[in-house]
Amino acid sequence: MSDTKRFLYVNRKAPHGTIYALESLEVVLIGAAFEQDVSLAFLDDGVFQLIKKQTTTGIGVKNFAPVYRALGDYDVKKIFVERESLEERGLSEDDLMEITHEDDDEEDVSSVEIVDRARMAEIMAAQDVILSF
Amino acid sequence: MKIGVVVNEGPYTHQASDTAYQFTKAALEKGHEIYRVFFYHDGVNNATRLTVPPQDERNVQRNWSELSEKYNLDLVVCIAAAQRRGILDDSEAKRHGKGDGAANLAPGFRISGLGQLIESGIQADRLVVFGD
Repeated sequence: MSDTKRFLYVNRKAPHGTIYALESLEVVLIGAAFEQDVSLAFLDDGVFQLIKKQTTTGIGVKNFAPVYRALGDYDVKKIFVERESLEERGLSEDDLMEITHEDDDEEDVSSVEIVDRARMAEIMAAQDVILSF
Repeated sequence: MKIGVVVNEGPYTHQASDTAYQFTKAALEKGHEIYRVFFYHDGVNNATRLTVPPQDERNVQRNWSELSEKYNLDLVVCIAAAQRRGILDDSEAKRHGKGDGAANLAPGFRISGLGQLIESGIQADRLVVFGD
């Protein structure tokens, strides 16, 4: 298994209400051990997964939002968020949590890139493996 | 072509497992190689031997088990997703103190980790995902 492939994890559902977001994150964390070229995409209701200041005490389920902020430690450095999905939900980049990774100079830089729908399609077309959750 | 299949939904509520089964069967009959079928999310519920659908309906679990036997197909159930939903093999049932006979993993399926899903993506020419 020496060959490297481009993996894109597409997140399309809100963080709670269904288990897709949590179990998608579990795949990303396990997958990190395989040293592939990994990107994450957030679109449709999936953009809600990255909203800052989430709390789940009222609904009695685990709050896994802090895990997104640790993705840099798992060498996940490319996180694409679809601009139209944000706008359709009355959201902007300011509503999203900060997710960073260390660049080659050990400086913390943002891992999040807001892209339009056409660009998202190009990103998808460039992948070897797409897992959509 | 070498194909990896992923099933993300349970039986009966959702079409995904049936479509994945038909796709897998057709691919095998055409001479393609199915590297692995990986069951995730509620897809793990396809692997319980305890389903008893009415006799005039298809048996989704048995379809998979029979296909596995005929083609020596690798059916892998995610362990974390399976444990959440009560799908256990003998050793897991014993390890979690669920009592003799509690194991419900159907013939032809095996329980393993998410690494098997990533490996399927790496090794297969195409990874085909069935679900919403």
